[in-house]
Amino acid sequence: MSETEPTTNDAPELSRRPGRRRGRDDGKFGRYGGQYVPEALMPAIEELTDAYERYVLDNEDGFMDEFRERLADFGGRPTPLQRAERLSERYDREVYLKREDLLHGGAHKLNNALGQVLLAKYMGKERIVAETGAGQHGTATAMAAAHLDMPCEIYMGERDINRQRPNVFRMKLNGAEVNPVTAGRGTLKEAISETMRDWATTVENTHYVIGSVVGPHPFPVMVRDFQAVISEEARAQSIEKTGDLPTDVVACAGGGSNTMGSFAAFVDDESVALHAIEAGGSTLEVDEEAGVAPNSASLFAGEEGVLHGARTKLLQDSDGQIMESHSVSSGLDYAGVGPELAYLVDEGRVTPVAVDDDAALEGFHRLSNTEGIIPALETAHAFGYLEEHAEDLGERVVVTVSGRGDKDLESVIEETDKRDVAGAPDMSMFSGGI
Amino acid sequence: MPATGNSEALAAAFEGGPAYVPYLAVGDPDYDASLEYVEALDRGGADVIELGLPFSEPIAEGPTIQGAVVRSLEGGMTPDRFFAFVEKLDVDAPLVCMTYYNLIYQYGDGDGPRDFVEKAAEVGLEGFVVPDLPAEEADPLREACDEFGLDLVFIVAPTTTGDRLERIMSRVSGYVYVQARLGTTGAKSDVADSTTESLDRLREYDVPKAVGFGISSGEHAERIVAGGADGIIVGSALVDIVAEGVEADLSTEAVADRLESLSRELKAGAERGYAARTEAAESR
Ligand SMILES: Cc1ncc(COP(=O)(O)O)c(C=O)c1O
Repeated sequence: MSETEPTTNDAPELSRRPGRRRGRDDGKFGRYGGQYVPEALMPAIEELTDAYERYVLDNEDGFMDEFRERLADFGGRPTPLQRAERLSERYDREVYLKREDLLHGGAHKLNNALGQVLLAKYMGKERIVAETGAGQHGTATAMAAAHLDMPCEIYMGERDINRQRPNVFRMKLNGAEVNPVTAGRGTLKEAISETMRDWATTVENTHYVIGSVVGPHPFPVMVRDFQAVISEEARAQSIEKTGDLPTDVVACAGGGSNTMGSFAAFVDDESVALHAIEAGGSTLEVDEEAGVAPNSASLFAGEEGVLHGARTKLLQDSDGQIMESHSVSSGLDYAGVGPELAYLVDEGRVTPVAVDDDAALEGFHRLSNTEGIIPALETAHAFGYLEEHAEDLGERVVVTVSGRGDKDLESVIEETDKRDVAGAPDMSMFSGGI
Repeated sequence: MPATGNSEALAAAFEGGPAYVPYLAVGDPDYDASLEYVEALDRGGADVIELGLPFSEPIAEGPTIQGAVVRSLEGGMTPDRFFAFVEKLDVDAPLVCMTYYNLIYQYGDGDGPRDFVEKAAEVGLEGFVVPDLPAEEADPLREACDEFGLDLVFIVAPTTTGDRLERIMSRVSGYVYVQARLGTTGAKSDVADSTTESLDRLREYDVPKAVGFGISSGEHAERIVAGGADGIIVGSALVDIVAEGVEADLSTEAVADRLESLSRELKAGAERGYAARTEAAESR
């Protein structure tokens, strides 16, 4: 691949900027990134790197053109950048919402899933596997696989299956097989490990559609590049609507695909402050003895280590054993985070902030009843942040609504019932569920 | 036999006959029983013993060894207790540590593999197998191993060919771990064709080749050694015995006896395979 040519993956005026190219050559982001995987997977990863460079970066066979067209026709892109009137008034600054909840499937996840399933097709693969936490990535992958006529199997932690039943049903409706993972706490971390094991067995005909900017190179750069459409659109829409760039971009971070997608086109705009909102869970204190971190704040509280193919920031004990994370939102419930985010945080380019379960639930109810948008619990963390930190922000804030909350209604009833949540409706008639 | 690397004990283990290389997860199901179990492998004829230091995310392991990892971690296994275990063991076979890179990296000052390797050398380990560390990321560990006179074993998969094979073979020492089939660890009832193909690809390299992944009986061992392997690595079939012991609540002694007797069977199988191979070579 020639490094001097602008690539077709970017809006042309952005393509030469260093922030959009980081990690493409060698998968390293300063000390983070790399390829820490079993040898059996390395040839597949080399094959994938080659396909990424040819199809995604160089648009060979018109891959990116087909991707963009399908994202528009099947996915419904572009998504709007909407001014939130009540929130703007409440926080006394302009608040804009990047509406990824309006993307087909109800979350930003389709940008990546459609890109990777299409790439698998170009590579001649015959089968798709993927992990899922909240079920959003699993649903997006199942939809993309049905759309592109590929057999698909999804690994999902047993605990998450119970928390996200509507999404499990959606995956099945789209013809995917859903395999429960019982190891550990039965959440995203175990689902990723199990999908890697499947892939290590079936690598010759199977592509692993990883669900976030995590894993070995080229996954972190490739997923970022597929998700970058969020910030490319938002940047142009902001200029068109306000005549200027935003002062701040706020996005929730689990593995970090929503965050990197929301930040990618702004990384080189030094005037734009970037805020990654992590799940603070119930507390930031960890229980070393039990190996439990009751949060998922790996950027904010994690330490450098190696997990699932990359060196990044992790929730781990002093020996290096990975901790069990926690969050009300299963999509943020992960002990690691994308290596590029770890790098951008160390560089001071991205500010990580942890927002706890209570504040996220309040954010959920506030957005629902003031703006008429029911957000995903993951997204709700960004609105918890806004309530707590609006004073620290500039005059034009873009918040990415990474997903809609329909999938979370059962959890929200249960969690709201446990607490006194400001702005929540009278819950008495829903206590048994809906 | 082939030239090797830093450890004379590992080199010697592959001389004059096939090497039987058993694996157990240390601390499974508890520290004291685990000591007895490893010593039983030694009595059963182990030429090298791979000691697993459990990591919470064992992505290369199938259900059997995942179970061992959970039991051991629940029993409180840590890197320091692992090193204490190695010091306490009374065995003849040279010992190799099998673990994942994050534990190696975090040990000591938490800033690279050197502290772990230094400690490993101090307690008498001879080398490492690190399933999530491909050649591309291995140079810091390779350097530390050379500094302290230890070996670094790499895994060669059925999918490893061409440049990748070169890259691995230029960094490996001690022995090469030939992964018999794709997938994760776990006992199987047959020998995969890919094993023979892998051995053929490795023939020109002057390093002992030990085949692992799925070997569960003396007959397997025989066929694999007859097919050209210098050694056999057996993990899940042994861990299965430990797991059955836990389930059926067997005495430590009973489990140790079963480990010793399967070891004898595997070793005898390997020796039959070796005799057949030597005979075939002589009659040619
Ligand atoms: C709506 C939504 N937002 C955010 C996330 C977090 O993932 P990531 O950090 O990769 O965007 C998820 C994950 O499932 C999600 O469903």
